[in-house]
Amino acid sequence: MMPGSSGGSWKSSGTGGAGGDGGVPDQFPAGLRVLVVDDDSTCLMILEKMLRHCKYEVTKCNRAEVALSFLRENKNGFDVVISDVHMPDMDGFKLLEHIGLEMDLPVIMMSADDSKSVVMKGVTHGACDYLIKPVRIEALRNIWQHVVRKRKHEWKDFDPSASADEQKQPEEPDYSSSANEGNNWKNTKRRKDEDDEADERDESSSLKKPRVVWSVELHQQFVAAVNQLGIDKAVPKKILELMNVPGLTRENVASHLQKYRLYLRRLSGSQHPGGMNAGFMGSDAGYGSISSLNGLDLQALAASGQLGQLPPQSLATLQAAALGRSNNAKSTISVPVIDQRNLFSFENPKSRYPEVQSQHLTSNNSSKQINLLPGIPTNMEPKQFVSLHQSGHHSFGGMNNLVLIQMGGQSQVHVHSQNQTQSQAQSNVNTHNVLRQPVMSNEMLTRGGVADMAPTAVYNPVVSVSQASSLVNFSMNHKTDSCGTSYPLGGSLGISSLPTASSALQGDGNLDTKVSRKGIVPSYDIFNDLNQNRDWGLPDVGLTFDQSPHTIQSGLDGSNPLLHQHNRASGRDLGGHNRNLTSGKVVLPPGVETRTRHNGSNVGQPRNVYVKTENDIDGSCHNTLYSEQYGQDDLLAAILKQQQQQQGVGEPENEFVFDGYTLDDLPV
Amino acid sequence: MERNQMHSRIANIRKSLFEQGYLDEQFIQLEELQDNSNPDFVEEVVTLFYRDSARFLYNLDQALEKKPLDFNQLDNLMHQFKGSSTSIGAKKVKIECTQFRNYCNIRNVEGCKRAFQNIKKEYTTLRKKLEVYFQMSRQVGAIETACRPR
Repeated sequence: MMPGSSGGSWKSSGTGGAGGDGGVPDQFPAGLRVLVVDDDSTCLMILEKMLRHCKYEVTKCNRAEVALSFLRENKNGFDVVISDVHMPDMDGFKLLEHIGLEMDLPVIMMSADDSKSVVMKGVTHGACDYLIKPVRIEALRNIWQHVVRKRKHEWKDFDPSASADEQKQPEEPDYSSSANEGNNWKNTKRRKDEDDEADERDESSSLKKPRVVWSVELHQQFVAAVNQLGIDKAVPKKILELMNVPGLTRENVASHLQKYRLYLRRLSGSQHPGGMNAGFMGSDAGYGSISSLNGLDLQALAASGQLGQLPPQSLATLQAAALGRSNNAKSTISVPVIDQRNLFSFENPKSRYPEVQSQHLTSNNSSKQINLLPGIPTNMEPKQFVSLHQSGHHSFGGMNNLVLIQMGGQSQVHVHSQNQTQSQAQSNVNTHNVLRQPVMSNEMLTRGGVADMAPTAVYNPVVSVSQASSLVNFSMNHKTDSCGTSYPLGGSLGISSLPTASSALQGDGNLDTKVSRKGIVPSYDIFNDLNQNRDWGLPDVGLTFDQSPHTIQSGLDGSNPLLHQHNRASGRDLGGHNRNLTSGKVVLPPGVETRTRHNGSNVGQPRNVYVKTENDIDGSCHNTLYSEQYGQDDLLAAILKQQQQQQGVGEPENEFVFDGYTLDDLPV
Repeated sequence: MERNQMHSRIANIRKSLFEQGYLDEQFIQLEELQDNSNPDFVEEVVTLFYRDSARFLYNLDQALEKKPLDFNQLDNLMHQFKGSSTSIGAKKVKIECTQFRNYCNIRNVEGCKRAFQNIKKEYTTLRKKLEVYFQMSRQVGAIETACRPR
């Protein structure tokens, strides 16, 4: 994005308007770039006309997913978003949340409904304004104020006073109260502003601020730090210290933390109110039975129902890394056993499952993740545990398939995906398969040492992501129904790891970031999926696992199990959700398997990695935190290529079209 | 003159549409958006409305045939339809939609069905009137163009 055009021209934003500097003298608000989303074509046409009369630049779309993909692809392409509340494919408020989390743009809601509760909902979800239809042009003339206000806050808030706010956060009472929500949101907003501000310091004149990009790896580190501190005690300062990332400011962390909290809250609120942190596998109540992962510490983590801890992204990253690595013969992904329960623990699958059924973490990230999975080298050191979750009956989706893959390291990730058959020989980790489609029915167990793929949903706790190596925990349960989300693979393949991972993936190593981004469904997604899986449109599940039934799922037979993405679960359920929203990208192409081949080494067998990605329709949006960074497309392409070679898992896309959002029938 | 007569006729038609409550202020908003670069804007919007809303009416019809009635679904459909109607300023249609929703809220089946009949009636009436109006406007416009000094 263009840093500060001195001219403050609106167009100087990344979209390449007037080239930013010294650009157009102050025409503001003319040229304000507005994105309008409304399913009603008549309204859309009228709004467009009105906005053009105000001299704004208008882009219209009548589907929320399309809007999200626009936004993701043009990170700085818009200044403000106007969205209808009532839309068939995705609830306007969900869209609002996604945008808030990922892009931090001002969003104006509109509706013919002017009842107080709806307006309040808009406020609590973070809308900066609420217009009642029919909208008059006068109301639109002033929308620029929201853009200015936001930026102004960004600048202004960048100061120590923000810290005070931060400190307050942990004390905020339960999120459920709307008052809190409002607070949270505001804080978040402020934080985001702060972040932006920090970045833009030198660009004071510009209204556009580059945003901190939370890459998969970065997010993994973040989550690891948060988990280490404990979600309640995690304050930005400490997180920052733990992360130890140069150049990252406390404000960045604070802002991100806020979002993360919202995400968690949302997940836990809907799913399991108390599920989080349930403890070790014991909490598999929801899951169905996480017990399978006994061998793995990760499992415990996973089981602990701390869901949310492991952002899908991290998982994705890990997975990606793993995958990437697995491809390489030398993929030695060391999977550090993460002890932290909460590290990527997914929310209790159980809570998720019911709904999630086959949710695939299709968030963009997830898709990425999935891709990675395939690549996960099956050779995981024994001690690395792979938390492949095998819950045969658990919907895969739900379970967090955390694939613990330790990337970057030498250890090979032994991913064992287990289909429902669970017993799958562990050797077979089909990461590929699994990754391929979101529906990973197979659980991929990375054999870190867990040999048994217990049928119970193994929740792989996940991976602590160490900077160097990210552990991808693939716990894929394959449950046909997809347990939703659990796809921890979340696209976040650590960036660093990605490179390796990518190689694993494709063997050509270019999975990297691209993949992770999309594939990894940021933890948010996972959580979201869990909760919402239904209603959320599947924004973009990065890793969409092919839900098509044809995926090999059933096959997990040892060697090639791969992921088949298991449609099992869901093909149907995914169907709804899974739409591969993900920007299509990630699909763990069967090719992933090939990677594992390379590895040979331990992973050898368990190629079946079934990663169940939940395509959470709406959930995935969150993932987008990372998604944009990586060229999903590349990753996808790579993965697909792999797939092709590998097996015929066929086009992953059966249901999921990886090219962008194809949510056709999201079950709303 | 013919042209003036036509103009005044059109003006009268338009005036009566407002006075009789077929159209409201929102329609004026649309007219204000119309300009030389887009001289048929209002007509385009209205055409688009009628085209899209046909689908809603069809769905509503179907939904009203169900036994028992799914009031939530009806309400949702009507909400959308009403939103559309409002955006073009179809006042009477909007009023009938509100009635419909009221009946829906109290779960009055007969009331809903009756209200729906009223909606369809108003909807159709308005369309006819607007068709005449637009047609005349176009004619006048054409005449004017034809007569414009080169």
